[in-house]
Order: sequence, then C-alpha cells, then structure tokens
Amino acid sequence: MIKAILVFNNHGKPRLSKFYQYFNEDMQQQIIKETFQLVSKRDDNVCNFLEGGSLIGGSDYKLIYRHYATLYFVFCVDSSESELGILDLIQVFVETLDKCFENVCELDLIFHADAAHQVLDELVMGGMVLQTNMAEILCRLQEQNKMQKAEAGISAAPARAVSAVKSMNLPQQLRDMKLPDLPQAIKDLKF
Amino acid sequence: MALKKVKGNFERMFDKNLTDLVRGIRNNKDNEAKYIAQCMEEIKIELRQDNIAVKANAVAKLTYLQMLGYDISWAIFNIIEVMSSNKFTCKRVGYLAASQSFHADSELLMLTTNMIRKDLNAQNQYEAGLALSGLSCFISHDLARDLANDIMTLMSSTKPYLRMKAVLMMYKVFLRYPEALRPAFPKLKEKLEDPDPGVQSAAVNVVCELARKNPKNYLSLAPIFFKLMTTSTNNWMLIKIIKLFGALTPLEPRLGKKLIEPLTNLIHSTSAMSLLYECINTVIAVLISISSGMPGHAASVQLCVQKLRILIEDSDQNLKYLGLLAMSRILKSHPKSVQAHKDLVSACLDDKDESIRLRALGLLYGMVSKKNLMEIVKKLMSHMERAEGTLYRDELLTRMIEICSQNNYQHVVDFEWYITVLAELTEMETSAKHGCIIAAQLTEVGARVADVRPFAARECGALCARVAAAPPGPASREVLYAAAYVLSEYCEEEEVMLNAVSPLLACAGVGGGYMRARAVCVHAALKLCARLLRARRDRNMRDQDIELIRECLAGLRPLLCSEDMEVQERAHNATALLTLVLRELSPGDAVLPAEEPPSATGLLVEHEQSNGLENADDEETLNQNAKEDLIEELAQLFDGELKPVAPKAQKKVPMPPDLNLDQWLSRDRWSSESSSSEGEGEGEEGGPMFPAPHDARPTAQFTPEELDMLREARRQEQANNPHYLKDDSPRSYQQDDIPIAEIALEVPLQIHTKRSDKYLMSRESSSKKKKEKRTTKKRKAKKQDKHSTDSESEEWERRPAVCAGGELPEGAAPSDDEPPPPHDDPHHALDLDLDRPLREDELLTSRLQQYPSPGVGLLDKKKDKPAKKSKNAENDTPDKPVKKKKDKKSKQRKQSATESIKNEKTEDILLIDGVFKSNGEQLKEDVVENTELTVDEGKTLKTEKHKKKKESKNKDQTISSKKRKSTKKDKHESKTGYEEALGISTPSKEVV
Repeated sequence: MIKAILVFNNHGKPRLSKFYQYFNEDMQQQIIKETFQLVSKRDDNVCNFLEGGSLIGGSDYKLIYRHYATLYFVFCVDSSESELGILDLIQVFVETLDKCFENVCELDLIFHADAAHQVLDELVMGGMVLQTNMAEILCRLQEQNKMQKAEAGISAAPARAVSAVKSMNLPQQLRDMKLPDLPQAIKDLKF
Repeated sequence: MALKKVKGNFERMFDKNLTDLVRGIRNNKDNEAKYIAQCMEEIKIELRQDNIAVKANAVAKLTYLQMLGYDISWAIFNIIEVMSSNKFTCKRVGYLAASQSFHADSELLMLTTNMIRKDLNAQNQYEAGLALSGLSCFISHDLARDLANDIMTLMSSTKPYLRMKAVLMMYKVFLRYPEALRPAFPKLKEKLEDPDPGVQSAAVNVVCELARKNPKNYLSLAPIFFKLMTTSTNNWMLIKIIKLFGALTPLEPRLGKKLIEPLTNLIHSTSAMSLLYECINTVIAVLISISSGMPGHAASVQLCVQKLRILIEDSDQNLKYLGLLAMSRILKSHPKSVQAHKDLVSACLDDKDESIRLRALGLLYGMVSKKNLMEIVKKLMSHMERAEGTLYRDELLTRMIEICSQNNYQHVVDFEWYITVLAELTEMETSAKHGCIIAAQLTEVGARVADVRPFAARECGALCARVAAAPPGPASREVLYAAAYVLSEYCEEEEVMLNAVSPLLACAGVGGGYMRARAVCVHAALKLCARLLRARRDRNMRDQDIELIRECLAGLRPLLCSEDMEVQERAHNATALLTLVLRELSPGDAVLPAEEPPSATGLLVEHEQSNGLENADDEETLNQNAKEDLIEELAQLFDGELKPVAPKAQKKVPMPPDLNLDQWLSRDRWSSESSSSEGEGEGEEGGPMFPAPHDARPTAQFTPEELDMLREARRQEQANNPHYLKDDSPRSYQQDDIPIAEIALEVPLQIHTKRSDKYLMSRESSSKKKKEKRTTKKRKAKKQDKHSTDSESEEWERRPAVCAGGELPEGAAPSDDEPPPPHDDPHHALDLDLDRPLREDELLTSRLQQYPSPGVGLLDKKKDKPAKKSKNAENDTPDKPVKKKKDKKSKQRKQSATESIKNEKTEDILLIDGVFKSNGEQLKEDVVENTELTVDEGKTLKTEKHKKKKESKNKDQTISSKKRKSTKKDKHESKTGYEEALGISTPSKEVV
C-alpha cells in the first residue's frame, strides 16, 4: 500500500499532496515538513530509499523518492510494495505529467495542481497501483477532458473570455505582478 | 428579477478563479496569511451563491488552500453539493475536494450515500470511475456497508476500466466492512482470471494485500497464482505474485519446494532488476521456511548470495541498498553463507550514503563472533566519533550495544573491555537518550557478571570523579545514575571507596538542569561510608573513621537545603545517621551540632568516658562493642544483593487463592479471620439492615487487640513479600566478616589514548605469543586470575560466568506464551475462512434488506419518502431501520396471530437471532425496541399499507443488490424468491 504521495520543491513548499490514510491538516503539514527535512539533506548520488520518518508509517514504512530539477516526488509505502517498482512508478508519473503539460515544470504544478491530481488518480487509487501503462493513462485522461470540454460548450465562453482578458496586461494585473518576482518565476521555468 | 440574476452571474465572472488565487498568494509572500484570510471570506460569499459553477470554483480554491494546511472541514456540505452536480466538470472538482478533505469519521458522510450510488451506476464510465476514486479515499463503515453491493456489481461491468477500479475498491470496502469479504470473494477470485490484464493485476493486488495479513486463508489460491506466475509477462503483476508467495511459503513448505525451480529460472532469465530482486527475496523466504533437507538447497542459497553480491557491488546505490536489505534476511537463517562476505559489509560501513551504512550496521549483528567483536566495535567507535546525523549516531550506539549484549553477552569474552567501551561511549557526551542505554548496560553487566564488579566499580568511581570535577554532559548525567549505584553496590576496595565519597557528594550538588542521579549519589555516598566503616572496623582506625565522617558531613551540609526535594530528604537522613555514628566515635566533636541536648545514653557514656582513665577494661570493650554495633547496623541497612528479575516475573506471580480484590479492606475481614473479635457482632448487625453505609467505608476505630492482629498479619505479609527488606538475618555482632579484597590498585588509567584499545592489543599480542609456543601468562593474568588460562582455544571459551535470565516467582517457568498485545488492525476482522460455503444470511442482499440506506440525503429527497405516512410514525423515533424492522415483524406476527403476545415476543427474539446472527450491538437495540413495541398492543400494525411499503422497498433493494444476475424483468420472481429465502434463512421460526 502507498500511504502518501508528496510533491514539494527544493524549499519544501508543497506542490501536491495525497494522503491515503487520514491525517488532519496540521499533521499533514508536519509530515511534509519532516519528509522535506529528511530528503533535502541527502546528496543526489545516494540511494533513493529512506527509513526513519517518525510521523508517518513506522518500521514497516519507507520513503521512496526521486529528485527532478526543483521538485521532489516522495512516495511513502509499506513493505508490500516493491522498492524498485515504486521508483518506476514515480518515473511513469513524471513522464505522464510531462506529456500532459508538454515539458512539465514546477509552475505547471503550481497552477494546475488539480490536473496533476487527475493524473495521479489514474495512476494510483486508494493507495494501490491502478495503471502503469502510460499510453492507457493518457487515453483515459484525454477522454475525460473531452467530456469536460463538451460540457463547457458555449456557456463557458464568457468565462473563458473573461479569464483571457484577465490574463492580459490589465493595469490591475500589472500591479499584482510584482516585478521582483519575475526573476524567480523565470528561474522556476528551468526544469 | 431575471435581469438581476444575470447581472449577478455576470459579476461572478470576475471572481477569482484558482489561477488568480495562486497568483495572488505568490504575489503576497510577505502577508500570505492575511491574503488567504481575505480569500477565505470571498470563498464563503461565493459558496452562498446559487450558481453551481461559482460554488465549484470556490471549492477548487478551497482544495488548493487545504494543501497549504488550511482546515476546510467547515465546507463539507458545500463540497457535497458540488459533488452532486450533474456536470462532470463540477463533479471532478467536488470529488477531488472530497478525496482530499473527507475522512471516514467526517460528519455528514451519510448524505453522500445515495449520490455516490447514483454516480456509481452512471451511464458514463468516467463518472463511475470518478466516484470510485473519490470514495476510496474517504469510505466509512456505513458507506462500505451500503455501497458494497453496487461496487460488487461494478466488478462485473463490461468496461475493464470500471472493473479494475471496482476490484481495487473492494479492498477498501473489506477493510471497513469485513462482512463483505466472504460474499465478495468468489467474484474476486474470478477476476484473477479476467481477460483484461489490468483487472487481473488489480485483483492480484487486492489478494496480495489481504493475504499479507492473513496468509493462511489464501493458501487455496496458490495454484491459480502459480499458473499466473508461469504464464504472465507483466512484471508489475509478477512482482506482486512473487511477493505473495513469499508470504504463503512459511505456511506451506511444499509450496516452497515447488517454487524454487521456476523462481531460479526467473532469476537467471529476467533482465528487470526489480523482478530479480523480488525473486531472490521469495527464494530466501522459501529457504527460511524449509530450512534444510532439500536437495540443491545449498545451491539456492549460494545463488542468492552470489546475486546479492553482484547487487551490492553495483555502482547504483539503490541496488546496493536492496542487496544489503535482502542479505540481512538470509542472515537470520544462513549466517554462515553471509559471513563469507564480511569484507563487502565492512566496505559498506564506510559508504557515504547513510541509508547504506544503516543497512550494513544491521548486518553486523549476525557477523560478530568472539574473535572479531573487539575489532568491529573499535571500528564502530571510530564511526561514532565522526558521525554527524543523530539518527545514524543513535543507530550506531544501539547496534553496538546490541551486538555486544546479544544472547546474554555471548560474544563478550572480556568484560573489563566492555565496561571500558561503555565508559568511553559516555565520555563522548552524545545525548541523554544514549546515556540511558549505557546506564542500563552498566547496571546489567554489574548484576550479571560478578567477576567484573570490582573493575566496574573502579571505572564508575572514575566517572563520578570526572562528573564532580567538570559540569557533566547530557550522557554523563544519565550514566551517573547507574554509576553511583554500581560503585556503591559492588565496590570492595577501600581506597576506591574512600576516594569516591566526596566526588559522589559533589555530584549530588551538580546543578544546571534536572538530574535524576543526584539523590542516588547521596544515597551511594552514605552506603560507601557505612561499608567502609565496617570494612576497617577491625583495625583500629578511629581517627581515619572520624575524618571520613567529618568529610561526609561537610559534603552533605550544602545538600541539606538542595532545591531538589529528594536530595534534601536523603541528605537529612544521611546527616542524621552519620551524626549518630560520629557521636559514638568521638563525643563532643566539633562537627556535632552543639545546641542539641545529648541523649540520655550518650550523656552517660560521655561522662563515664571523660571521667575515667581508671575505668575497667570491660567498660572499654563494652563501649567499643557499642560502636561496632552501631556501625554494623548502619552497614546492614545496605546489605543484600539485588538480582536480575526476569522480564515477565511480575505477571507470573500467582494470584493467591484467597485474594479477593473486590472486597473492602474493612475490619470485617480481619474480624472474620479471628473468632475472638468483639467487633464482629457489631458488623454483622449492621450488615443486612443498612448495607449501604456499612459497605461504604471501613471505620478507622480499632481495638488494641485488633491492632496487634493487624500488625502481626502485616509482618507475615512482609516476610513473604520480596519487596520488603527481610529481617531474617540475625542482628548479631558476630556476623561473618565481609571478605576484604586485597587487590593492589592498577596502574593509573591513561585517558588520552583509547583505553578500550589496549584490550584488543593485549589480546593480539598474547595470541601472537601463543603461536610462538609460549607459556607466558597473559598480561591480564596479573590483574585478575580469571583469564589465566593456558591454551588459546580455551581462552575464547573461558569467559566470566554470566548469569542468564532472572528471578521468577516459584513454580513459574520462563516462557513466551503470552498472546501478542492486541492492536486495532482492521485486518484482524478480515481473518475469515473463505472456503466455507456462504450462508444465506451472509449474502449482501439480505443485509441490505435489513439496513435500508440510512439517512437518505437532503440532496435526494425524492427517493426518500417511506414511513412518513404510517400510523406509527408519530410515536416512533426517526430511526428508520428500526421502523422498518418493526413493519416486517408485524407482518410475520400476522401469520402467527393465534399465539399469545408473550410467545410472540420470544419468537421475535429468536427470529432476530437467527437472521442477524452476526450483528452485535445494533441488533440488541433493535430487540429491545421491538419487544417494547410488541407490548404496545394499540399500535400493532396490521395495515395493508405496511405490506405495500415493504414490497416497494424490496423492489428497490433487489434491483441494486441482486447478486445473481437478475435482470429487471424478473424482478417479481426474484422478489418472491427472496421472500422464500427469508423463510429458509430463519429456521428458528419453524422451531418455535
């Protein structure tokens, strides 16, 4: 069983969190924090397994993670999962995200955490691996998105127009966009 | 009006959407909390809107905030609203929010039952899939019970996507609602051979999870899995199957033998590392289960170890880690074959990767022997010095202690070396936690190894001196606790005793944070003092004795007003005792409190003494005797050896047959035991008349006789009680002298070089000498006689006696027969016999019949209009299940109308018993309700209405819950069939 799936960046900011066992919000944040501390101090050339998370799991559980550019993908699993299998699964997850977002980067996850959740839901269900075939996952996702688009149809047009306008360089938008933040955003773009 | 609405909607378009929210948060890094609080307000306003799209937008934003750690449980109702929308887009948002924030104990979950059922049965497979995914995250017992049937139906859906999800979902249902396992199992088994590989894989996954906790119930599936293993090419599934076999083989060795061959083939053929690794793991499990006595058994072990060696030597750290992990499993059953790769393991100890070092450490446990223990510990000590992470340090220390102490110090030959190691570990001043572990070891070695006690006492003396000299670190603070005890308990050398008293008292005064050892130090100082006085009482050393006591009293003085209550108390005790002795030894001493009026005897003695040089000799000796007497008595306070107690000794103490813990400890008890008590009649008298006041409290008035009796009884009890100091040792003055160890003190210990190393060196050098055909005695021989053995082989064998186990109450045998402590693992409930044929009442259909969907939501009011019209609705509770059952009962009662009401009542109970055997509490409640209603003859309901209602209810249920694949056409037949089935399932009815 997979107990939790966490994605956070190099600074420990959560980008996606899925817990297959209930923890309240405070606990969730603590777990993310602890996991980040455990994972972030490890070099890139050490192994991807980690024991000793105190808040989540216990002796039977392991953290299996991969580090991609600015993001950590951490799976907390028990002994019924194959360690190398989970590493492959993380790879499938990231590759699927890459296909969905076309060259995925941290910003995609920041603004489209819901889409990332949808990908994850096709991959893992209730802590158990559902599908590992990427083509199959993509096909399922596309069909669902098609449904969503068909549904939106004409009625969503005004909303879309508004959001397009909002995304344009309105004065308000300019004020919102604090300039010092831009370099940061550009930095994030490098995946 | 319409215009207003349109306008409202239009305004809403300018609401923040999720992207705006994220952007806003990023732009308000400095006052994020304030910004989010503001957004929360907006969200709350949006949630009040009628437009479902607006609500969905708000819920989407809430989901994001939930990830950031904000509690959104207040919005549960709104989330349910969004989930119940007809639009897939909104549903997706709603279910995502639900899966992130709901949990099994969420309130209002019952509102979702019918909505989820509707979604599960939706035409579009993605809607059902969405519901399944969401439900898997928050399914509760009630939801599992009510939806089990729908999910089971989905397991035979025509769409593989849904079958796959439904199969996985069933595992969650089983966890929450174990009763579903048996009825659903045949179908699950069927899915193991589903044409779709995804469904197959999901079924394997579920069975693996189930079998992991209760493997014995799934042995019958082994042939199917065996077939799958030999035919399938899906690595993901193969891994699961092979893992499952790993869990099954310990229960069925024959299976293991069959597995070895295909697994070996897989090991040779596969290119996938993950599969290879799992194969090795399962082979190991097989090897453990069959242990030996199989041809080619050694070859398999060899193959595994070889392959693992390749993994460990790989440059990929992951493989290295897993190789070590698997190696540790082999270690348990085949330590020999692992020991051959010792070089590899010690190389891994130096790896830069902490995970790998930890794994290698775990392996060391099985690799130590008497010969290499010192070397390995030396290496670990050097690691200990440079280790930076606390986790690694912790692990190092516990491992080190573990490998040394394993199997009752099996591998430790030289305990002086071990004590030195402990002392050095203390000097590293790591943490208080480590201090506790070291302290425990110190006491244990002291208690178990008698030979090493003098040395341990010396080391502890050194430690106390060190603590007294400089402020102690966290570890020393804890170790001092044990050190003070060991020192005072086992010290035999006068000089060590003498030198330890004042450091101990200084330690008791050490401030700077809590230190539990302080009070122990005071106690230890007094103990040492008393023992020292007794040890040298034969030699006329009065001056030194007085000096010693003065020194002690001086040391105690600052402690008399210590801020630690315990220290203060003990310091007062010690001062009082020592003053007493001092007064005997040197009356009128300056240290004695002057203002205190001397006691009568003291005065007398003093006068006689000061007056008389002419005093007779016998007077003198009498006086001498009195002093010795006092010293002896003081020392006797600390006599007796503490022995190790077995861990379960307390539990094994047999309960005295006459012990009644519920009885009051009142005077009646004592008076009833002796016939000649006067209070007896009184007690008897009050008993029957006024039971309450009599029982309430024992009165505290005792006659002198009774008091004597009580005292005697108490004395008896204490004599039999191991926790009281026994007074059976005769307090004679002629008690045997304590043997005084006349041991020349050792060469002073060098601190700067590693002290423990010298044992290793001496061992090496001695073994070299031995090889040169020597007969020179080892260096250790001059210190203690215990190691002066002749041959080398004997030297490894000969080691100080270590007393094993511990004391147990008489008649109790050490055993591990205690059942494991119960824990709330949901898998316990899933330990069911799956091969037994299903009983009729176990079918999920009948269960649903008993439990109509509870609390049908506010959102789906249409479906829920059952009992409102019935006559009894007014006087009934809103508890629907009860109402329904009542209806059913009433119908049945109609059939047996001739019987009396009383008979009916019992019948009902039996009937219920028969039908709902497996229902605990709810059943009981229902029975109560039901019988009450039966008595209420005015409301016995025999109206047609109820019958109809029941029928319609039946209809509903049969549609959704038919296990047999009944189409909607034969609804009526199936309904009647069900009625019959109900009759069959209630045999108790016929009986009565």
